[in-house]
Amino acid sequence: MSTLSIQDLHSDYRGVTVLSGLSLTLAQGEIVALLGPSGCGKTTLLRSIAGLQGISRGSVAISGQLVNDASSGVFTAPEKRGIGMIFQDYALFPHLSVADNILFGVKGLNAKERAARLDDMLALVKLPGLAKRYPHELSGGQQQRVSIARALAYEPQLLLLDEPFSNIDAQVRRALMLEIRAILKARNVSAVFVTHSKDEAFAFADTLALFEDGRIVQHGIPETLYQRPKTAYVADFLGASNYLAVTATPLDAGYRIESAIGSYPFAGLTEAPSRGRWLLRPEHLLLEEDAGGEGIILERRFLGNGCHYLVQLGEQVLDIHSHLGHLGCGARVRVTADVDEPVLFA
Amino acid sequence: MVVGLPKRWSLVGFVIAFLLLTPLLALLTLATLPDGEVFAHLTNTVLPSYIANTAKLMLAVVLLSLLFAVPAAWLVARCDLPGRRFFQWALLLPLAMPGYVVAYIYTDLLDYPGPVQRFVRSLLGATSPADYWFPDIRSLGGAALMLALVLFPYIFLLGRTAFMEQSLSLLQASRIMGASERQSFWRLSLPMARPAIAAGVALVAMETAADFATVSYFAVPTLTTAVYDTWLGYGSLASASKLSVIILLAVFLLIYLERFARRKQELFQRQALTGQIPLLSLGRWRWPAFGFCLLLLLASFILPLGILLDYAIRYFGASWNSEFFQFSWNSFYLSALSAALCVLLALALLYVGRISPRRIDSWPARLASSGYALPGTVLAIGVLGPLTWLDFAINDLADWLGREGPGLIFSGSVAALLFAFCVRFAAIAIGGIENSWRRLSPSLDMAALTMGKGPLSMFFLVHLPLLRTGILAALLLVFIEAMKELPAALLLRPIGFENLATHVFQYVSDERLEQGALAAIVIVLVGLVPLILLNRSLELKAPDSPVSDSPVSDSPVSDSPVSDSPVSVNPMSPKER
Repeated sequence: MSTLSIQDLHSDYRGVTVLSGLSLTLAQGEIVALLGPSGCGKTTLLRSIAGLQGISRGSVAISGQLVNDASSGVFTAPEKRGIGMIFQDYALFPHLSVADNILFGVKGLNAKERAARLDDMLALVKLPGLAKRYPHELSGGQQQRVSIARALAYEPQLLLLDEPFSNIDAQVRRALMLEIRAILKARNVSAVFVTHSKDEAFAFADTLALFEDGRIVQHGIPETLYQRPKTAYVADFLGASNYLAVTATPLDAGYRIESAIGSYPFAGLTEAPSRGRWLLRPEHLLLEEDAGGEGIILERRFLGNGCHYLVQLGEQVLDIHSHLGHLGCGARVRVTADVDEPVLFA
Repeated sequence: MVVGLPKRWSLVGFVIAFLLLTPLLALLTLATLPDGEVFAHLTNTVLPSYIANTAKLMLAVVLLSLLFAVPAAWLVARCDLPGRRFFQWALLLPLAMPGYVVAYIYTDLLDYPGPVQRFVRSLLGATSPADYWFPDIRSLGGAALMLALVLFPYIFLLGRTAFMEQSLSLLQASRIMGASERQSFWRLSLPMARPAIAAGVALVAMETAADFATVSYFAVPTLTTAVYDTWLGYGSLASASKLSVIILLAVFLLIYLERFARRKQELFQRQALTGQIPLLSLGRWRWPAFGFCLLLLLASFILPLGILLDYAIRYFGASWNSEFFQFSWNSFYLSALSAALCVLLALALLYVGRISPRRIDSWPARLASSGYALPGTVLAIGVLGPLTWLDFAINDLADWLGREGPGLIFSGSVAALLFAFCVRFAAIAIGGIENSWRRLSPSLDMAALTMGKGPLSMFFLVHLPLLRTGILAALLLVFIEAMKELPAALLLRPIGFENLATHVFQYVSDERLEQGALAAIVIVLVGLVPLILLNRSLELKAPDSPVSDSPVSDSPVSDSPVSDSPVSVNPMSPKER
């Protein structure tokens, strides 16, 4: 059974359409990253799931239970949805100690069980001994751990994270992300994670849902979105990309692609536009030193595990990642593609 | 916000706002009623001179205040004035002085039998008023001077802040581009402080238009005294309302000007604060400048307070009596009740506004704040209308039921005063508490809601503890303002009821303040409390200081001049070690 199921969700905020026809399904234990530029509606979606914002069309179900349905008027108040939420500013209650913050949402336990739950949570987020502190006495990273503990303490069915790492120092961010991911995985918690950083999404989530103008354009594992994006928007959002103009002609099996870097047969290709654009990531292009080559090196940047080159090829400038380190500016090169199955856009 | 918040919450907000708006609505309604020629009579006889007097008074007070305040503000903000830090706060103290008390004291000093004229006579060997010329303090000019002495701190405060917060880099740019110190003042500093000064002028003009006691004591007929006399003399609510509406027009115009000026000031002050501007060396003007500030402080605060203390000590036996305790108790419980009521109303209005998903629910708090604009005299007329109507309705109902009516249970009791104080001072509570509320991150609400707390438990478990400081400050401010409020108390008090303010004014009118000096000192001391708070919040405003809370900011109150303080330090902001 899916933990979260959103069907055809529409939401308006003060007369502006924020979400339009959005659908998303989340498996138990899955961590999905809602990825997109600022202002694309990610946070609105999160709040709609939590019941902190109304919807104008569509439905939201949590663990098979319909919590919001615009057509039938079903609306479950946020306090009855059994969700946990983590905020960018942590939202710890400043007048309560760490212990009281963590136990704020815990219900129906006696004093001993509460104490045990508190110890369990503090151990989980590696903050033993800090129960009596107040939020302002903690570092940002510690505060975010407390807020994780607080959100998990009452065992919600679904965890919502609203840009939880953007206020954390860059040095400790990655370690904290991996640590929190391990906690969620250990407890098999399903989570929706909002971010505008693809690096955070890659590091933290199992799947990515990429936003564009209030709807999700592609949802899947990071590899798929990166290697086989459905649109150029998805491709560009997740990494550097080169587009080569191509023509495709059918073969007995598959297609032949003609481009500025040569002609390539792809036997496995089942369909292709007769004229289109070929997506090539910088690491999909190979460089070879060749005095008769058509490419000219414009710029070279050392990256440690190779070099990044800007290569002039006819009218076009290509981003190319190569392990060759010795090509200087002005050097002539030959460019070839190293792809099993091409991504073509019309 | 709480999606799907039941509509009854909104209803609560609108009912409260409507109740607090009734005096204003009543005034506007009453003003359209026929009044048996009283108003026509006034129009044909004295009204033009009343309007002219009010206008002349406002102009004179503003000019005098500018003359006092702008140089003082510039000196304490930007020059190496001796005692600079002392004057920065000391020149705010006159705000605590009731104008009519200062007026009484100066009349005592400067009138024919007073020590100053006695000295002049002995100098000139004169024996009668005809032998020499001496300005008459009991005049429009005298009233203007008295009011300017207690109102100039508004302009001083705003001007001082504006001069202090000007950006060092702007000044350096001006100097680098070849402008001298003097040119920089005229071309840069003064124009940049102009909106702040204009906002101060609007406040001074507004307070002048609302003043009743000082002009009444000097027998200068203005619109406020006309409202008072029309009601007590002719008993015509309709005519009094018509006059009130004229005052209201002026007041609302001034409020608009103040808001406009303040918005502009915020634009000017948005420049980053880049370091301390080096103080300008006054050279041989140091001591004359010091003398100016000292004289201003002496004349507006130290001398009047000293004389009050002298009276209080000399007449201690006559004033330390059961009457004094009775009046103090009356002031105390009335103010305490008003403060508690205003805070409760403010909490209800603001909470609905905060959690409601409907934008319209933010209106009630705004609407309910407009009562602060009503000058005491005008407010009293507006309160009398609906309450008298209610009393008559109740007594008619009792008649109809064949029972004896309860009498004037609303308009003739302390309830009228309490209601008036709530109408007038709810804005203070709303302003103060709203400011604290705004500092609570909305994510706190979302966190509480998602963790299984409904709107009411969220209020009691999360908001109330976090608003404690703001609530205390609001209680205190409303309490103080209610202690000081005079004209509304004069018009609305039940027969035989006196509090400290009416008691002092009675003694002032009877020309024997000596015996009421103790009560006057209590009023002044109480009035000093908000100034201390205000000053503390200003000191905290200095860049890089760990501002935790400034209880006095952002209230649309008499002390609102500093409210522009952008001190909204989020208590939730991460503190990295």
